[in-house]
Amino acid sequence: MQKIYNKIIQISGNVVVLSATGIRYGELAVIKSERGDSFAEVIRIDGKLVYLQVFAGSGGVSTGDEVRFLGKQMEVSFSDNLLGRVFDGTGRPRDGGPTLTKNLIEIGGPTVNPAKRLIPSNMIHTGIPMIDLFNSLVESQKISIFTTSGEPYNELLARVALQAKVDIIILGGMGLRYDDYLFLKNTLESEGSLSRSILYVHTAADPVVECIMVPDISLTIAENFALHGKKVLVLLTDMKNFCDALKEIAITMEQVPSNRGYPGDLYSQLAARYEKAVDFEDAGSVTILSVTTMPGNDVTHPVPDNTGYITEGQYYLNNGRIEPFGSLSRLKQFVNKNTRDDHRPLMDAMVQLYAYYQEVLEKKAMGFRMTRSDNRFLKYGILFERNLMDLSVDISLEKALDTGWRILSECFDPEETGIRTELIKKFWPKKKQ
Amino acid sequence: MKNTGKIVGINKNMITVEFEGNVKQNEVAYAVLGESRLKTEVIRIKRNRADLQVFEDTRGLKMDDVVEFTGELLSVELGPGLLGQLYDGLQNPLHKLAGELGFFLQRGKHINALPEDTKWEFTPCVKPGDKLQAADAVGTVKEGIFTHRIMVPFHLSDRYEVVDIAESNKYSVKEQVALIKDKRGSLIPLSMMFEWPIRSPVTLYRERLDPAEPLITRIRIIDTLFPVAKGGTYCIPGPFGAGKTVLQQITSRNAKVDIVIVAACGERAGEVVETIKEFPKIIDPFTGRSLMERTIIVCNTSSMPVAAREASVYTAITMAEYYRQMGLDVLILADSTSRWAQAMRERSSRLEEIPGEEAFPAYLESTIAGFYERSGLVRLRDGSTGSITIGGTVSPAGGNFEEPVTQATLKVVGAFHGLSQERSDARHYPAIDPLDSWSKYTGIIDNQSRNHTVRLLSKAHEISQMMKVVGEEGITLDDYILYLKGEFFDNVYLQQNAFDSVDMATSEERQKKVFSIIKEIIDATLDLNSKDDARNFFNRSRQMFLDYNSSEWNSNDFFENERLIREWFHKYRKAGTEIETHIFRQALVESEMDSHFSRAKTAKTKKGERLTMVKEENAEDIQ
Ligand SMILES: Nc1ncnc2c1ncn2[C@@H]1O[C@H](COP(=O)(O)OP(=O)(O)O)[C@@H](O)[C@H]1O
Ligand SMILES: [Mg+2]
Repeated sequence: MQKIYNKIIQISGNVVVLSATGIRYGELAVIKSERGDSFAEVIRIDGKLVYLQVFAGSGGVSTGDEVRFLGKQMEVSFSDNLLGRVFDGTGRPRDGGPTLTKNLIEIGGPTVNPAKRLIPSNMIHTGIPMIDLFNSLVESQKISIFTTSGEPYNELLARVALQAKVDIIILGGMGLRYDDYLFLKNTLESEGSLSRSILYVHTAADPVVECIMVPDISLTIAENFALHGKKVLVLLTDMKNFCDALKEIAITMEQVPSNRGYPGDLYSQLAARYEKAVDFEDAGSVTILSVTTMPGNDVTHPVPDNTGYITEGQYYLNNGRIEPFGSLSRLKQFVNKNTRDDHRPLMDAMVQLYAYYQEVLEKKAMGFRMTRSDNRFLKYGILFERNLMDLSVDISLEKALDTGWRILSECFDPEETGIRTELIKKFWPKKKQ
Repeated sequence: MKNTGKIVGINKNMITVEFEGNVKQNEVAYAVLGESRLKTEVIRIKRNRADLQVFEDTRGLKMDDVVEFTGELLSVELGPGLLGQLYDGLQNPLHKLAGELGFFLQRGKHINALPEDTKWEFTPCVKPGDKLQAADAVGTVKEGIFTHRIMVPFHLSDRYEVVDIAESNKYSVKEQVALIKDKRGSLIPLSMMFEWPIRSPVTLYRERLDPAEPLITRIRIIDTLFPVAKGGTYCIPGPFGAGKTVLQQITSRNAKVDIVIVAACGERAGEVVETIKEFPKIIDPFTGRSLMERTIIVCNTSSMPVAAREASVYTAITMAEYYRQMGLDVLILADSTSRWAQAMRERSSRLEEIPGEEAFPAYLESTIAGFYERSGLVRLRDGSTGSITIGGTVSPAGGNFEEPVTQATLKVVGAFHGLSQERSDARHYPAIDPLDSWSKYTGIIDNQSRNHTVRLLSKAHEISQMMKVVGEEGITLDDYILYLKGEFFDNVYLQQNAFDSVDMATSEERQKKVFSIIKEIIDATLDLNSKDDARNFFNRSRQMFLDYNSSEWNSNDFFENERLIREWFHKYRKAGTEIETHIFRQALVESEMDSHFSRAKTAKTKKGERLTMVKEENAEDIQ
């Protein structure tokens, strides 16, 4: 039974208020305005007053417009027919294909019981040494690319997606520039991966609030495929836009902001999405790789900051490469114990030495005389950046490890590396005569 | 007749309810949603309206829906069977829920915390006619490795006489094991379990004692430099990824206490999984039993309901108080207290309270203080002692310690382990910053050596800063050696590899031994004639110590590595010089007593006064 109303009494920001009864919290409504139909969701009930967040924005909404309550929450169709399709931020076809109405499921379902989670154990190989060697990506991980506009983050996203051996790729685009959308779509297509992909795309031209549903829809679909045994990779770009939409609504609702206008529950909001990453026992998994652009490359900005606290690490993409500092995979220790004996110690030693290299660079910048040892570090830094950091490098983990040892042996004596004798004996390259 | 009300407002997890009868602050009520009942707690009352925080998703509720008040405060169950459990923030057993519901949690689903069918071997310790009061034991059961006291419920505030007591036999938690009568002669049956409201501290002890005994974590930088005491409090603030959780995980594994309660508060669910899956398999060398037998996990991770997150730390501390009452040492590890504070902030914002700094409520400080105050070493009425130690991580926004939660916490804790981004970036783990951190407690190393070492580190840091200005060539060889000594101590002692099976945990005995060897080296005058010489010496020494650190305690390797180190060191030790030389003395004069305590700290804090005060007190305390 649907309830219909014609009297909106307040419109502000993207929230409209009307007087209605018997309405449930979280219920969905459709507002018919001269700009077309838009979904809206009940976000507050105060006596007879019902507050609706209008996904398409309140622009053009009139007090006399028809508001029809649907008596249910936001739902989305789930089936194999989704594969290869492109939808907008609220699940409407964007590719001219048919609207899917079968097997509707509620979005944003309940939380996985922590007791049912598994310890992650499968490494996802990417061919990128800064990931595979230094911050391994793991199936069921939630990890973000921290970056700034202008960096090739969508390229990196696409590259990882195509390398990863997953069954299904779901792309959730938020505030995506149209050419970025085309780039991602075409890349998936040209690599023959579109048929195992589903795209939920909200572009920069679409109403801002509409992007709020993108993570929920993408992750609900992902979760259901995972329950059906599929390994799913979800790409979310750019989560900064999602957070900005949350901020906009919070401000409209006159919530006291906690930090630079963002609502106090930003952390919980992000967590509700990112925690959908999971590995189901005897079924599939959901891995999330997102993009978070940082205004002014400032990692303390509330969006990257809250993201960093909730994700299982981040790849810090700066100047076209993944930096060893600031980058982190919190799950690497679950997989790098099973690769090669030297993986962990080499990874640690190389980053520690790279930190010294940075110090030497500073010294050099101050114009001080470089000692013999300083020069070794300078050489090391350059070899490291050229052979491992450069994004054009595409080698297996084994190769990357061997390269690491080679670089060390070209620059240092074993004792300078802080690696235990036992490992040095085993892995230090023999000097060529 | 049931006391009910009806919903007149819904705002996320907050509902406003109109009622007629009497309603109590913090009483539990249930919002009826079809078949299920959503648990809520009264958090504000204004005339005939109450604001209730809902511990579950509110979607689907509507105006006029019925709310049933229970008259009971939000409580937990106490009795045998808590150990080894995994609970959510409201003490629902998650394994049992998983057994019934599968992969997902379901709102409106509540299960009793204590297993009701387990039979416990009860041994009475009183006889009819004995006089009792709250928390006195009527008998004991064996719960794993512990003798679990079956106590007179804490809320019974009278004096009682035993009328009847069960004989030695097996009973389940709900069966009667004793009958007592109060002064007026009313009879009260006792079972092995009772409830206690989580927001009220249990204070049934004779006195609180000064926490003087170190709690051994087997993490070198903590036990040696910034110790924690049994019954004390400490905090671990740090930016994301700096290593707060890993530090707590290894502490939960290695700390020498009776019981560990892990309060996973608003962070990742995945982090708890490791503990759940691994602990049952790890045998504690001290008890010969699995670690899980001494552990309780309260898990209200980030995507679980926010209101329950706020309650979860109290659920944890109440269980700790229960076991302390049996004369046991309990350690609570809360990760992260900032998420708890944020839950308070969300609630406060929905109540439209006047916000304080960064929108936190004005009572933030007193609430944090109130929580840490529930720690403590106490003498119980029977003369035995028990303790609760609280270690909380803090997740400051932007990694800046100048924020309300960090500041409020620093005011009340006894030790501060500040993690630094710089150290974690360089993979110097644990990333506890030795120049910034402090502890008021006494550790396993005498305070003089402790201060001495921290001053060396501080001096070494100064020299390294100096080198950035004047270059390596601009400082003397002596200073350069001092700098290398600091680096060396940091590299081989303060840093500890959490993922190396040996290095992960260093016993008290081993710490004392290794520390004494290192101290000899840093106190000695070394026969080094150039900076290159010096660097090579310390590189080699580092290598030898890393090998030493990863060799099993008292194994052949261990002794061999130690012999090699001593041999190597004696070659370079200047003949004729005794321990402690002019280089170091000079360094001490220059860096002055208080310099490391105040300088390092005030530098990092603008609102430094409070902090400086703490530090100065702290500096005095360690003298
Ligand atoms: N003591 C340690 N030894 C080795 N690696 C560590 C240590 N502490 C942290 N790390 C690394 O840093 C990552 C982040 O640590 P974590 O404790 O989760 O950070 P936080 O809780 O401060 O956000 C870990 O997943 C691990 O890879
Ligand atoms: Mg953490």
